[in-house]
Amino acid sequence: MSRSQAARQLRQERLLYLLSPIGLLVLWELAIRAGLGDRRFVPAPSDIAERFYLLCVSGELPWDTAVTLWRIVAGYLLGAIPGVALGLLMAMWRGVRIVVDPLIAALFPIPKLALMPLILLAFGFGETSKIVVVAIGAFFPVIVNAYAGAANIEKIYIDVAHNYGASPMVMFTRVVFFGALPLIFAGLRVALAISFIIGTAAEFVAAKSGIGYLIWSSWELLQVDAMFVGIVTIGILGVITSTLFVEVERLVIPWKAP
Amino acid sequence: MAVEPPRRGARIEIKGLERSFEGPHGIVQALTGIDLTIAAGEFLCIVGPSGCGKSTLLRILAGLDRQTSGEVEIDSAGWAVENAMVFQESGLFPWMSVDENVGFGLMTRGMPSAERAPRVEAAMRLVGLSKFRHHFPHQLSGGMRQRGAIARAFVTDPSVLLMDEPFAALDAQNRTILQEELVRIWETTGKTVVYITHSIDEALFLGDRAAVMTAHPGRIKEIIDIPFPHPRNLMELSVTPTFAELKLKIWRVLEEEVNRARAGEDVA
Repeated sequence: MSRSQAARQLRQERLLYLLSPIGLLVLWELAIRAGLGDRRFVPAPSDIAERFYLLCVSGELPWDTAVTLWRIVAGYLLGAIPGVALGLLMAMWRGVRIVVDPLIAALFPIPKLALMPLILLAFGFGETSKIVVVAIGAFFPVIVNAYAGAANIEKIYIDVAHNYGASPMVMFTRVVFFGALPLIFAGLRVALAISFIIGTAAEFVAAKSGIGYLIWSSWELLQVDAMFVGIVTIGILGVITSTLFVEVERLVIPWKAP
Repeated sequence: MAVEPPRRGARIEIKGLERSFEGPHGIVQALTGIDLTIAAGEFLCIVGPSGCGKSTLLRILAGLDRQTSGEVEIDSAGWAVENAMVFQESGLFPWMSVDENVGFGLMTRGMPSAERAPRVEAAMRLVGLSKFRHHFPHQLSGGMRQRGAIARAFVTDPSVLLMDEPFAALDAQNRTILQEELVRIWETTGKTVVYITHSIDEALFLGDRAAVMTAHPGRIKEIIDIPFPHPRNLMELSVTPTFAELKLKIWRVLEEEVNRARAGEDVA
């Protein structure tokens, strides 16, 4: 098979990917229009699209999106960066591992939203509490993966670095960090999804703005179409960030064979 | 290019070296009673069956492992002792381009990159990799990666070059070419080379002497002088009677050892 043929086949496959979601939407629309289900509780896709447009024009949706994105991105960075650093330190120094490992084992399984009352108590109802809960959620998958990545670097690279006189600093910044990068990225990716889940959920209970708040308050007011708009928006944001993420990964890890 | 002349090789003296490990079934004696003097600028091959501890010996010389007892003296007249190791797998860092890899041993010593560049360039020219300086290791063939590893070793201008079956994973043609190039580079630089192999042919082709090791525990059983003058041609050499005699002589030592090891396995 030639290169162009392969590319065409890939394009075809990508188009086919759209088939099932579009088909589902069409079926949904037809079913509602045929009178199956109460339109007040189950809106048709066209109702959701209309509401989506109205909420965009009123500026409500862009504002909520911006607020949610800010909380998620800030929390994500606040959790992920120390996660990477501490994970690598755990792999390099036994002392750090001995202190941190039991804490991870105990704290990782706790649903981070269960901490929300505690966090509200500590940080109040402002932006900080939402950012902190996202940060805690993002931290754990990143630290676990960074540690695994650094601890499982092929021994030969460590030997080479020692043999060629690498200081602990060079070992950390030029060998361990890069050797762990593929797994660090795996962790960052999981953490990104978790940040979205926790960020939106936190807005259900502890916010007066954001997409999570939009979803929850629409539900309470029985504006089901607006609720769906919130859900769809989260989905779209998820697709966009994950696509961006893949591009960033390609830029940062060019040696990873395609 | 104003680079100081390469340093000569170091003289290595190993006295009463022992290395034992704690295994699950008690203490395993990996190396015992190793006494060996390697002359400055010598090319010494260590031949032995797998598991005889030859890699352990090399790792001790490289400072990657420590002996249980005994002494290693590396005397490289006036220079800080530095060795460079070439491993069986190239061990080039996949996340660095070829020139960054080659310059790694200079970077760790804090040499500024402007000063590094001409040395890296010279080392890459030495092994014929100049055109590939911006490639990543995964874009190179196995032979080219191994050239990169050799360049990385030579660029630091070590007094001792330690090689652990560096060409074992290559195909026959590439191996022959790289062997010849290694000998050429060794002759022009005068480094001391300790070269581990399980191939008798390779030892006879490369070495000034071959130290034949035996296993359980690892000992040097015999040291054999290889009288052929350099440069050598492997194909021509291999049809001479002396070559055949030496090959047989080394094989006899190894054969006895391999049989003994196998008998030991049967008993166990």
